Amino acid sequence: MVTTSLPSPAAGRSLPRRFGALALVAVLIALPLLPLPDFWIIQLNYIGIYALPVLGLVLLTGVGGLTSFGQAAFVGIGAYTTAYLTVNLGLSPWLTLFIGLGLTALSALVIGAITLRMSGHYLPLATIAWALSLYYLMGNLDALGKYDGILGVKGLQWFGLEIGQLRVFYALVWALVLLAAFALIRLLDSRTGRAIRTLAGGTQMAEAMGVNTLRHKIGIFVLAALFASISGWLFAHFQRTVNPSPFGLRMGIEYLFMAVLGGVAQVWGAIAGAGIVKLLEDQLQVLLPKLIGTSGSYEVIVFGILLVLVLKYLPDGLWDFVDRRLPRPPRAVDWQNAEPLPARERPAPGSVVLQVEAIRKTFGGLVAVNDISFTARAGEIVGLIGPNGAGKSTTFNLITGVLSLTSGTVRFRGESVGGLGARRIAQRGVSRTFQHVKMIPDMTVLENVALGAHLRSHRGALAAMLRTDRVEERRLFKEAQRQLERVGMGEHLHQLAGNLAMGQQRLLEIARALCADPALLLLDEPAAGLRHKEKQALAAVLRQLRGEGMGILLVEHDMGLVMDVCDRLVVMEFGTHLMEGTPAEVQQSPKVRAAYLGTEH
Amino acid sequence: MDFSIASILLLDGLTNGAIYALLGMAIVLVFTVTRIIFIPQGEFVAYGALTLAIFQTGQVPGTVWLLLIVAAVAALMDLAAGLREGRGAGTALKAGLRTFAAPAVIAAVSAWAAPHGLPLPVQALLTICIVTAFGPLVYRVAYQSLAGASTLVLLIVSVGVHLAMTGLGLLFFGAEGFRNPPFWDVRFSAGPVNFSGQAIIIFAASAALIVLLWLFFERSLYGKALRATAVNRLGARLMGISSQSAGRLTFAMAGLIGALSGLLIGPTTTVFYDSGFLIGLKGFVAGVIAGLSSYPGALIGALAVGVIEAFGSFWASSFKEVIVFTIVLPVLLWRSLRAGPDEEH
Repeated sequence: MVTTSLPSPAAGRSLPRRFGALALVAVLIALPLLPLPDFWIIQLNYIGIYALPVLGLVLLTGVGGLTSFGQAAFVGIGAYTTAYLTVNLGLSPWLTLFIGLGLTALSALVIGAITLRMSGHYLPLATIAWALSLYYLMGNLDALGKYDGILGVKGLQWFGLEIGQLRVFYALVWALVLLAAFALIRLLDSRTGRAIRTLAGGTQMAEAMGVNTLRHKIGIFVLAALFASISGWLFAHFQRTVNPSPFGLRMGIEYLFMAVLGGVAQVWGAIAGAGIVKLLEDQLQVLLPKLIGTSGSYEVIVFGILLVLVLKYLPDGLWDFVDRRLPRPPRAVDWQNAEPLPARERPAPGSVVLQVEAIRKTFGGLVAVNDISFTARAGEIVGLIGPNGAGKSTTFNLITGVLSLTSGTVRFRGESVGGLGARRIAQRGVSRTFQHVKMIPDMTVLENVALGAHLRSHRGALAAMLRTDRVEERRLFKEAQRQLERVGMGEHLHQLAGNLAMGQQRLLEIARALCADPALLLLDEPAAGLRHKEKQALAAVLRQLRGEGMGILLVEHDMGLVMDVCDRLVVMEFGTHLMEGTPAEVQQSPKVRAAYLGTEH
Repeated sequence: MDFSIASILLLDGLTNGAIYALLGMAIVLVFTVTRIIFIPQGEFVAYGALTLAIFQTGQVPGTVWLLLIVAAVAALMDLAAGLREGRGAGTALKAGLRTFAAPAVIAAVSAWAAPHGLPLPVQALLTICIVTAFGPLVYRVAYQSLAGASTLVLLIVSVGVHLAMTGLGLLFFGAEGFRNPPFWDVRFSAGPVNFSGQAIIIFAASAALIVLLWLFFERSLYGKALRATAVNRLGARLMGISSQSAGRLTFAMAGLIGALSGLLIGPTTTVFYDSGFLIGLKGFVAGVIAGLSSYPGALIGALAVGVIEAFGSFWASSFKEVIVFTIVLPVLLWRSLRAGPDEEH
């Protein structure tokens, strides 16, 4: 199998990436037509059935940085729902598929909503507990046949066509697997996909871009569970019987093993992992008892050791070897004629956009920010300066809602925004960069910057999977390119963000912040790591933005730049307001000089 | 249900809860110091109970050979690491031998002692030595080189270690289950309540271990170093506390607590090679109730788990596991509501 991974729309430029997927489809179509023994068709059916929950894990674990041991339990919900309803109530399997999906979504929603507000490790722990209780529930309920399960599940039929037959069923399984794989690839290359890809790196940057991280986390958990549920539906109608053992925690762990072995962040790795583990398991189950002399599931020893070895020596999985060898073509530029994104109504030049009134932040007994007050106007650059540890970045975090206020108020365009949270404040038109650059290194510069316009667009996951989001995507990329060109990064659009030099990364963050169409821009040390020429260019950009009526708040240690572009300076020392004035006044102030250089004795 | 049944259930629940408490504390200890969610904690329990059971039959427990194999692997890894870092063949060899020495001595003594039919307490002591020795070796082999990895990766490694340890348990102990003789075969009755000697031993041993842990963390330099590592790994390293030795020490304690729990639980139930997992997970439920951070919380949570399990098995015996593991969800909901939105610093 030679196929692609996360191709961009431009994958047509690269032969292996484009034709790999087609070749896979062709091979999959050809296989059942060949005189292959039934045994291999059965194996392929199982591999396809296993690949579905693993695809869910690729989204959840590989991309989202969360994990679940509950995939097998969700497979079980899908399987038991259809088995119970078709056998006991005579419902059509085509109806029970959706009932199973509904029940799965509901339970995933409850578990996700309960655990995902807390740190990431509570989700796997909760799914372990939940997988165990579901297993014992299935094994002890009379209605579900206890540990014997439900027998006599019928094969699938479609207008009289018997799909239960091996090779027809094969077509159904693999059609669903490919559908899921392509849906996932499309999802990851979209507005929602970029938001999902922020999740693994912590919530701070994502929330500042207006991404509702909790909603996206719950969303990928539910979507992964739905993939598993479809797999369970197939499983029940393939095996014609269900019992608790294939849905226990052991299988939940095995799905994770498949994902890790194949490549936990690789869509095609899921299929490779499912195939390798299934074939390996069959071999080991015959070989090991023969070697050891007694029967027993000794293959778990090999699986356990392999899992640790893969994580140590091949953390990107086996598929990465294939993926690394395939050239990654740049995204085709098809957005020249796209409509611009809707823009915000600008505040009148000179009007107050930001009013900070006596804000205070204490950490335990430490007063990090002590009753600071100042204002910033539209069309004005205010510099916030002071020695290291003066509380400048904390002030930034208080204004942008990353930290909660201990007391005081922050008003943005007249509205009190204290306590609103980073996302809601971003929604109102406050955009920022970070002192320590926060970006997604394995996305291109363009994609990273498009993330900044998250709030100016609205297409969701379903639109992405159906590809009905492309008009909006073009508008997003057009805006991202425009902002990148504005900060002088027009040549780096298609580079991976992780390959940029430090100064360029800072420019990327500024372009990303500008993509949000803010009325107030907060820049945290934008000139750090910039060369002289780049600093001059940055100063020019800042002046231009000021000319357009933007309010800018700047934390910066480069005094050359600060004195050059700022209209007004606020000086902080040890969390307190030391003085405020024009650059010239601040330069003259003996208080400021003492704060920076110390006093003479 | 009358008072006597209730009191029997309560006592039964508290007895099991005391063991879950030990495991819950081991889990909290390992997580706070190393960020490892140590799923295989329960495997030490099964290893402990089964090792003693094989000693009782007069044979050499399979864990002795397994210990030698794992120690050899760990020693080779130390040797290879020493050579790779160019510390000279002599130093590297010494590091490898140091790792191998203690397990080899324990294994040799155990192999010698097994056929002699020594008294139960001596065999119990040997069992504790064997299983405790596994702790640092497991850390060395599976986790040490991944110390900087994310909690997520460490968790998946834990799952791999769990799989391997369960499979090896099957390989070295067989599929047969064992029930150990009680350490103190007497019964007391106080009114309607019946105590067994074993229950008293369980309470006494748990209480003693809790006090020892408290003394260790409050009074000893090593204990304070571990606490410092738990609060701030980088800071502790800068102060000369190696995160490697902190990890090995923590895992030795986890092994010790697991072995002791295995000895305590062995006479009350039949233990199979894979019984440890469920027992350990009940310790996890206790740990989760404690937010994986508080020892008193883990203690209270574990006693609650034990009591809920005992009453659950009376009212709906086939659903007792369902009940025990489902209580995690309301507990997490309560924690989540109490925690409020995250504030990253």
